[in-house]
Formats: sequence, structure tokens, C-alpha cells
Amino acid sequence: MDLVSQYGPALLRGFGITVICWILGTIFGMALGLVIALIQRYAPRPVRWLIQIYIEVIRGTPFLVQLFVLYYGGPLIGLRLDALPAGLLGLTIYGSPYFAEIFRSGFRAVAHGQIEAARAIGMTEPTIIRRILLPLGLVSALPALVNFSIILTKETVILSIITVPELMYQVSRMSAETFRYVEANLVLALFFWALVETISRLGRRLEARITQHLIERT
Amino acid sequence: MFSIPVFLESFQPLMWAAQYTLLISVLGILLGLVIGTLICAARLSGSRLLRGFGGLWVSFLRGVPLLVQLLVFYYALPVIGLDVAPTAAAVICVGVCASAYISEIWRGAIAALPRGQAEAARAIGMSPRDTWIRIILPQAFSMSLPALVNELILLVKASSLVSVVGILEITRASQAQAATTFRPLEVYIAAACIYLAINLCLAALGRYLEHRTAV
Repeated sequence: MDLVSQYGPALLRGFGITVICWILGTIFGMALGLVIALIQRYAPRPVRWLIQIYIEVIRGTPFLVQLFVLYYGGPLIGLRLDALPAGLLGLTIYGSPYFAEIFRSGFRAVAHGQIEAARAIGMTEPTIIRRILLPLGLVSALPALVNFSIILTKETVILSIITVPELMYQVSRMSAETFRYVEANLVLALFFWALVETISRLGRRLEARITQHLIERT
Repeated sequence: MFSIPVFLESFQPLMWAAQYTLLISVLGILLGLVIGTLICAARLSGSRLLRGFGGLWVSFLRGVPLLVQLLVFYYALPVIGLDVAPTAAAVICVGVCASAYISEIWRGAIAALPRGQAEAARAIGMSPRDTWIRIILPQAFSMSLPALVNELILLVKASSLVSVVGILEITRASQAQAATTFRPLEVYIAAACIYLAINLCLAALGRYLEHRTAV
């Protein structure tokens, strides 16, 4: 009981920061991923190559090393960030190539005839993106988007290593002060299990809802 | 700004540490293959209890971040009286985590096999055991090879987390190197280059296998 009153607020705050990191990281990562996917679709070849290199580099290196480059290496080139903004930026960069690939395959799933038809009735390219490519592509990309956002929840614990005060960080501090490493980490594991299970259930329901609508229409 | 000599010099200790990264990932995936096969067998078995256990195993290990799993495992071992070398503990933990993903890869590959294969084997009088050993498993294995290489790439990246429990692999070595040279940017970029080189090779292997097993 004593533990709850002593560490409860810190843990709650940590959980709040975990959720914020997850939500913002997902939103920013998705936005950057969408931009990358659109550039890859429309930009000239050299730009596409550069983007492809970016994707390979980010996907081929561990998230922890990317965070270290950003947080400890950043100041050397004048990029001085606190732990939380560095963590958010890291999460955004880390997620963007995965999101970009998801969007790309979503766009590829849009039937070619749809776009040709749009062009035939005189829609301009931006309108086609806004009214045909995005709505149709997003629906087919949704399951993968949900899936990867769930993976990102688990990546947020790595932010504790660069001292972002999220849940894992608070739990480590608590266990270092009380010497209850096993219990604290076990509870954290069970907590994440419940969280991830809940989010994936919700995600599946959201998916079912949106695709059901699609099936009825076609 | 960016110092090329420091960057080049940091490769030597990091390359040395890379053998631990490779050791942990390769042993991890081998252990994951063994446990993952058992878990997959449990999930496909007739017994309800085994199926439930397999389901829980997969859901727990995929739902909990590897870093948390590592810390639970690392701190729980001494409590239950086991004295395991740190590297062995890391391999076991990474392997157990991989087993959940590998059992799903197996399950997907077995489900993707056309039903006619098993039916045909049955029809020419093969026993159920022979059907599994000679028809289903070999084909499922070659089909899942690209996915297994993909899993190995994920493990190489995940192995950076065992630096937290003090194992001197690439990430840990680069932390030490950054602390002695005071040039974290060069050192961590060198570490990223080594990871990238390993994973690009593995990705090429995966593409080759995919090409070869494509029917």
C-alpha cells in the first residue's frame, strides 16, 4: 500500500508519457511516411533513389542505435534536444519508412482503372490524390497501419534508455530504489500484455467496421 | 565537425563486438526454431489444453516489449536460484521471444500449403506421420525460409537491446567507445554502418532464397 501512494503518481505520469509518445510518434510517423510514399510515387528517379536509401538505412539499423545517434551524436552537429523531443523525433523517423512501405502497397492496391477513369473525366493530379488515391488506398492499408502502430507501442519502452521519463523509466527507478526488480518488471510485462491485447482487439474491430462498409458497397 | 579518422578507428572494436551480435542472433534463431516448432505443434494439436497454452505463449511474448522480457528474465533467474552466464541468458531470452514469431511463421506456411497435397498423400496410402514428415513439413520449411531470414534480420536489430544487461555486443561496445573518445556521433554512425552491412547481406540472402523457392 505504501508503495502505491509513494510511486503511484510517478507511474501514472510515466504511463501518460508512454501514451503521448505512442500517439504523437504514430501520427508524425504516419504523416512523414505518407509524404515519403507520395514523393516515391511522383518524384523523378534520383529523388526516389535517395528516398530508397533512407528507407534501407532506417530499416536496417536498430532503433536504439538511431536514438543514440540522435540524442548523443546530435549535439556535435548542433542538434541539441531534450530527451522527450529527441525520443519523439526518433520514433517519428524510425516509424516513417515502415509506414511509407505500407502506404505504397496500399496505393498499389488501388485499381488502375479508377485512376484512369478519374483522369478521363478531367480530374487534376492533386484532386486524384485527394479523392481517389488516398481514400481507396487508406482502406486497403488500414490493417497493416493498425498492426504497425501496435508494434510502435512496444518500441516506446526503448526511449527509457535515453532517459525519457515514460513508464519503463519510472519502473526502473522504482525498482532501483526498492530492490523489487522481479515484481516491478513482471507487473510491467503483464501491464503491457493487457495494453497491447486491448489495442489490437480495438484495432480489429475498427478494421472490421471499415472493411464491412466496403464489402456492402461493392 | 564529423571526424573521419575517429569514425574509421571505431570500426575495430565494434567489428570485434559484432561477433557477439551475430552469435546471439544466430543462436537465438536456432533456439527459436526448436521452441517455435514445439509451440506450433501445440497450437495445431488436438488437445485443448496444449492449444490454449500455445496461444497464451504467443500472445504474451508478442505483447510484451523485448526489453521488459529481458529485464524480467535477467532479474528473475537469480531469484529462482539459477546461475546462468549473461550471454546464455541473453540467447535464451531472445530465442524464447523469437519462438513466438517463428511458430506463427510455421503456422502460416502450413496453412498456405494446398490441401490437395495432404489429401493426395493420404490417398496413396501414406500414414499421417509420413504425410507430415515427408510432404507437409519439407514444403512448409522451404516456403517459410524467406520469412525466417526476415526474422533473423529483426533479431540482429533486437540484439542491440541486450546491451542493457551488460553484454558486450555492437551497441554496448559503441557506448564504451563513445565514452572514451567523446565522439558519440562518429562512433554510433559506425555502429549503424555495421548493423546495416549485416542486414543488407541478410536481406540479399532472403531475396535469393525467395527467388529459389518460388514455384
